[in-house]
Amino acid sequence: MSRSRVDQVLGTSLGVAGGLATLLIAAIALFLMRESWAVFQSVGIRRFLTDTSWNPTEKLFGLAPMLLASVLTGVGAVVIAAPLGLGSALCSRFYVGKQMARVQRAIVTLMSGIPSVVFGLWGLVVLVPLIGKYMPPGTSLLAAMLVLALMILPTVALTADAALAAVPAALNQGAAALGLSREATILHVLLPAARTGIVAGILLSLGRALGETMAVLMVAGNVVLIPASLFEPVRTLTANVALEMAYAVGDHRASLFVSGLALTVAVGALAIASWRMTEGRFRA
Amino acid sequence: MPDVVRAITLEPHRQRDRALQVAVYAAALLVAASFAAILWDIVSNGLSRLSWTFLTAEPRNSGRLGGIYPIIISTLLLLAVAIAVALPLAIGTAVLLVEFVRTDSVGARIVSVSLDILAGVPSIVFGLFGNAFFAIFLGFGFSILSGGLTLACMALPIMIRTTEIGLRAVPDDWRRGAAALGMTRSSALHHILLPAAAPAIIAGLMLGIGRAAAETAALVFTSGYVDRMPESLFDSGRSIAVHIYDLTMNVAGGERSAYAAALVLVGMLVVVNAIALSLSHYLLRRRVTIS
Repeated sequence: MSRSRVDQVLGTSLGVAGGLATLLIAAIALFLMRESWAVFQSVGIRRFLTDTSWNPTEKLFGLAPMLLASVLTGVGAVVIAAPLGLGSALCSRFYVGKQMARVQRAIVTLMSGIPSVVFGLWGLVVLVPLIGKYMPPGTSLLAAMLVLALMILPTVALTADAALAAVPAALNQGAAALGLSREATILHVLLPAARTGIVAGILLSLGRALGETMAVLMVAGNVVLIPASLFEPVRTLTANVALEMAYAVGDHRASLFVSGLALTVAVGALAIASWRMTEGRFRA
Repeated sequence: MPDVVRAITLEPHRQRDRALQVAVYAAALLVAASFAAILWDIVSNGLSRLSWTFLTAEPRNSGRLGGIYPIIISTLLLLAVAIAVALPLAIGTAVLLVEFVRTDSVGARIVSVSLDILAGVPSIVFGLFGNAFFAIFLGFGFSILSGGLTLACMALPIMIRTTEIGLRAVPDDWRRGAAALGMTRSSALHHILLPAAAPAIIAGLMLGIGRAAAETAALVFTSGYVDRMPESLFDSGRSIAVHIYDLTMNVAGGERSAYAAALVLVGMLVVVNAIALSLSHYLLRRRVTIS
């Protein structure tokens, strides 16, 4: 082969690789739609929200309690994890020495590598009995929030850390020159300057929390209910798919693909919003 | 003046300084402590069950007794399929994005946005897709092939992104130098750009392996639950993560084995990450001495 011919072949094969990677998301969307199409035709979208209960074999398709459970666990986890992750990032950036900060970052990075099923195991064996001692049964909305919070903590901490690192040093020096206290510098100068990046990280974490399946499934109790308190069991959309996919057929199976579709749209929107806010600064 | 009194009589802004400091340290400590607690729980409970036989024996009595040998093999096969498919695709796409198309072109933007959405897709949705596409539409059934391909899809975005960052970090002078020497683009890629980006490619590979090895939800409906030794890629195989899930949720009295398997999985992930880190350090150092 001549030299330019080699380059042509290379260019073509790269195009094929890039095309395949791009087509993948289209293929996922296509197959989710294809599998859920039948139930859109026979049941319609509205009934997924208005049906009073979830009993697909009896033709009742109310996803509302699970939708609510997903939102509650996700938002709850973020409410717990955001201040802790932010505090941890502030600590490693402004309060401890370089060596300590490196150790702290190593811990957080290690934590981000723990598989969700291991968080679930720990939650079920340690956390759930602990909650159950005060408020049986223990498998509850609260347990799900706490386990999810631990799981998204590294994401919050690492993105907040990166956002704080990107704040120009001049702001810090200016604050020092004005004689601002450390508290005033952090709360009124540095945090506002890093706000966009921090919020983007939190949105990303919310997306992770909404999409998480196994850890939540293992500790949430999985009863299809609108919870009256933090101590009642819930079933999230993701857990519902994981629990029922094994035996679902027909409209039931299709309605599980509908929840998958809804999740993808929600999480995709969060990911894009987060990416737009930072213009791709943290996309890796 | 005793400390307590002095603390109370501090000026207001010093009090606020102190309060923020306490809050920040408390948050950092709580994060580190909860991580330590989880890790300690896994290690101490796991070690009591972990042994050489656990790694080399077949599971008995639904995994309460015996070991996880076939499960380790299935996990490695799943990862091998995932890497074999995802790595060439990831490197190809990254090279395409960095070296062959303009960053601001429509094509590059479409690929970019698709990857960002793909990175956000929940793992259970990959499971649904893998079930509908690989297992049923392509007819691979519940098999290691279906599971591995699903994992490849999941690992793709992070592998592409990391490789892309590595390639973008290669100085443009090196590209111009290659062009000035009359190298074809292929040989410039082969001899200069890819070796220079190797640390990033390996880091991306390890991140991808980490993500794939930790996955449970996407595998339950693609590679399935069977805990026997797989005879081919078309056999169903249970990954370690799925095994942990099954032991915890479906097997009464399975917790001890679950802890031991969790220790194996976490240990494996730590080793993978450590290799990636030291390898990329080594390669980075070597590159600096060459240039």
